[in-house]
Amino acid sequence: MAAQSVVTSLVLPVLPEIMLLVLVIVVLGADLFWRGERRDGLGWLTAVGLTIALVVTIAYSRPQDGSSLIFGGMLRNDWPAFSFQVIFLFAAAVTCLLSIGLPGVGGQGEYSALIVVSTLGMSLMAASADLIMLYLSVETTSIPLYILAGFLKRDEKSTESGLKYFLFGALTSTVMLYGFSLLYGFSGETNLYRLAQALQSGGISPWVIAGVAVLSLVGFGFKVAAVPFHFWTPDVYEGAPTPITAFISTASKAAGFAVLVRVMLVAFPSIEITWTALLAAMATATMTIGNLLALAQHNIKRLLAYSSIAHAGYALIGLVALSELGAASLVFYLIAYIVTNLAAFAVVILFARSAGSEEISDYAGLSRRAPGLALVMLVALLSLAGMPPLAGFVAKFYVFAAAVQSGWIWLAFVGVLNAIVGLYYYMTVLKVIYLYRSEDEDKAIAVPRPHAVALTVCVIGIIAVGTVSAPWLDWAMTAARGIF
Amino acid sequence: MHLPILSIIVFTPITMAVVILMMPGERHGLIRGLALTGALIAAGLSVVAYISYDQALAGYQFVEQYAWVPSLGISYHVGVDGMNLPLVLLTGVVIVTGVLISWGIDDRPREFFAFLFILATGVFGVFVSLDLFQLFFFYEIAVFPMYLLISIWGWKVTREYAAMKLTLYLFIGSVVALVGGLAMYFTSGLGSFNMLELQQASFSPAFQRFWFPFVFVGFAVLGGLFPFHNWSPDGHVAAPTAVSMFHAGVLMKLGAFAALRVGIMLLPDGARYWAPVILVLATINVIYGAFIASVQTDFKYVIGFSSVSHMGLVMLGFATLNLDGLTGAGLQMFSHGVMTALFFAVVGMVYDRAHTREIPKLGGFSHFMPLVTFAFIVGGLVSMGMPGLSGFVAEFPIFLGLWQVQPIVALIAALGIVITASYIMRVVGGVFFGNTPQDLVGHIGPIRGQDRVALVVLAGLLILIGLYPAVMAPMVQSGAGAVLRVVGGA
Repeated sequence: MAAQSVVTSLVLPVLPEIMLLVLVIVVLGADLFWRGERRDGLGWLTAVGLTIALVVTIAYSRPQDGSSLIFGGMLRNDWPAFSFQVIFLFAAAVTCLLSIGLPGVGGQGEYSALIVVSTLGMSLMAASADLIMLYLSVETTSIPLYILAGFLKRDEKSTESGLKYFLFGALTSTVMLYGFSLLYGFSGETNLYRLAQALQSGGISPWVIAGVAVLSLVGFGFKVAAVPFHFWTPDVYEGAPTPITAFISTASKAAGFAVLVRVMLVAFPSIEITWTALLAAMATATMTIGNLLALAQHNIKRLLAYSSIAHAGYALIGLVALSELGAASLVFYLIAYIVTNLAAFAVVILFARSAGSEEISDYAGLSRRAPGLALVMLVALLSLAGMPPLAGFVAKFYVFAAAVQSGWIWLAFVGVLNAIVGLYYYMTVLKVIYLYRSEDEDKAIAVPRPHAVALTVCVIGIIAVGTVSAPWLDWAMTAARGIF
Repeated sequence: MHLPILSIIVFTPITMAVVILMMPGERHGLIRGLALTGALIAAGLSVVAYISYDQALAGYQFVEQYAWVPSLGISYHVGVDGMNLPLVLLTGVVIVTGVLISWGIDDRPREFFAFLFILATGVFGVFVSLDLFQLFFFYEIAVFPMYLLISIWGWKVTREYAAMKLTLYLFIGSVVALVGGLAMYFTSGLGSFNMLELQQASFSPAFQRFWFPFVFVGFAVLGGLFPFHNWSPDGHVAAPTAVSMFHAGVLMKLGAFAALRVGIMLLPDGARYWAPVILVLATINVIYGAFIASVQTDFKYVIGFSSVSHMGLVMLGFATLNLDGLTGAGLQMFSHGVMTALFFAVVGMVYDRAHTREIPKLGGFSHFMPLVTFAFIVGGLVSMGMPGLSGFVAEFPIFLGLWQVQPIVALIAALGIVITASYIMRVVGGVFFGNTPQDLVGHIGPIRGQDRVALVVLAGLLILIGLYPAVMAPMVQSGAGAVLRVVGGA
């Protein structure tokens, strides 16, 4: 009886983390013993392992009755943590599928293992309820990503990407850590949930608290690539191996949002008015700057980098709305954005693999060269632009709905006008793909099996989230309610 | 449990689009056959729905409602009444004739028909929507494929520019209206996107006055309302023939219809407050559109601007907010849809043979294409409002309604008809009669059988409604009456 309760209260909530740890060991073990062609199986092994972890998590790790703090208040077993873990596992599995057979990264045991470690960090980030745990998990997530971004050792851009990511990440996480230390100093607490009360009853000036909140925001803003902490994004995205770019732009960004939402909503309710105003300004700047700079890009990865900055801005609107619908719309937005962005990057990977280019102008004639792939890109870019019946439309709809509900009408207008700028540059890419001719039209583009699986899953996901949005929204609502 | 006829109409085109996309791209004949089959199913069912609509009962019929996103009160909710059923029929007619006219498309017909059919699903979906979210959902589906259709298959000279301009204009309009829709949803406090419930919400006059311009103009951009009409002639000219037909014939009605359904019916106080402004803008549409049309030398631009002018009459009918005006506007939407589809079909046929659309370089086409000439003249007479044709049936009530509200406006707008007569006669004279330029003699081949069928159907409808208005007028009148009951009298 006692043993059973230990299992349900202490083991099941951290089942995803346990499975990820086991997977790291299995992958590293296989890396030692598998030789020659079998090494290509490493990617499959990781992807299948992550998928199993995903299924098992959904089946057994759902928070049962309400939320509870576990492991001495270090972690919290609740719906938002569970939801984000599912998102991370999905993104990691797709990333591993996309990496299979790529020169430089496929068949490398440490590459797969680092992705899994980073996913482990993210999954702890989403569950962290304590400043110390939070900081450790952020680092566990980031350090493997720094290495992964610079994984192509002989490629100058990749090295630059890794170094740049590391320097920016180190700087922002130090500032964030300083903010955490001040938080502890003012409240004498490291637990987020107790900290809020201590801050409220401690008689500390709201301006001081706001200052501390801003320091923490630096770290989170870096993770989600929000303006003005976005400068690393284009260079890192461009230089990193493309599957890693996909991973950073989806899972890592979502992890940033997971902690951002939890910390802001739980630790700083006393200065809500200040930080929502601050985040509204940040969302406006993020959307506008991301979209405007995307207009000028010639490289598809840089374009998607700026577009991912803009999308962080849209998602922030959900947090600014400061309501249940707002938090739910943010989670929903991330779900929609992740399936969509993974599909877009999958096409980029396949194209670069066959055509050896990431320039947008080289995509000319793609609709004749590979009609199916062109169609996937069409679906992905239209979903990013927010066109129905695809995921991006409902996601934007819910975010703007949350803004209007909370009276942020001007922010909703800023959002919709930005969506138009976004539509413009997505359409210019589609124009190249569908309209322009090229001399290479008869050269086919190979779609290996793992990539075909990933593409199919993502496209089905984009359409399913877009048309049958009710279950996803209900899930996001449950997650939003679970934060408190 | 009756047959969910509206859902079948809405989803047939998109299903067919998916089927077509799965076919091998080089089997052009198969793809055209599938496209025609899909179009015929949708059109046939819309005829069935039109005939079996119970006019004695009136109100919304063939209603279907399923929960879609219950937590936000969003449902899939469709139904037709006298106002939107003719538009469903119009869409059915234009999709069939559009497929017939596009028989000769050789560049990636698979993608062409697939995108055209996705567009058709969007259009059908908007016309039958009784849920605000669903309306926006289908509205965007109807807007976007246009970009690809124009930029890929359009006229090489202006297609990139025109397609981008058109899409951005329409998208801006729709997202601005979307914010207005969200404001309505949250202010009503009903927690429902059901438009039948929202129209009972009685928003405060101040709220209505504030949001009406956003919502109405947001949609009316697609209806070609001055000064937001600028995308439309460029878009129509750059588009391939079938897409021009669809765009001018059906999509502009989509904008007008949504402006009526969401703008006027949900915010009636706002509509009354802003009606004078709409009257002025729409009058400018009528006169200015006609003037610009009469100085164009490009055949297709003449027709493009004539659409701007005629859509002004629809907006004028809306702004009267009385039974005659609204009935006329409803009839004008159908009549203009068929007429302009016919015009663009003819322009396409002439261009395909002459490879120019400059009116001075054309002439004498009546010798080579008597049927086309006849059809164009029918359309021309319709656009002048000649009695015995559908244009008269539609425009007469509009002016009747206008006279009751603002006789001056009626007089000024009537001038538009005179100008219309002048440019239509100039085109008929310049293109179809007179001498054929030497370089064209011997190059003008006959038109395809498919083209003939399309022309006969379109011209036949215009004549049928003109000679026997009872097939449509009472139905539209019942729809207009329903609108007035919501808006609350004149």
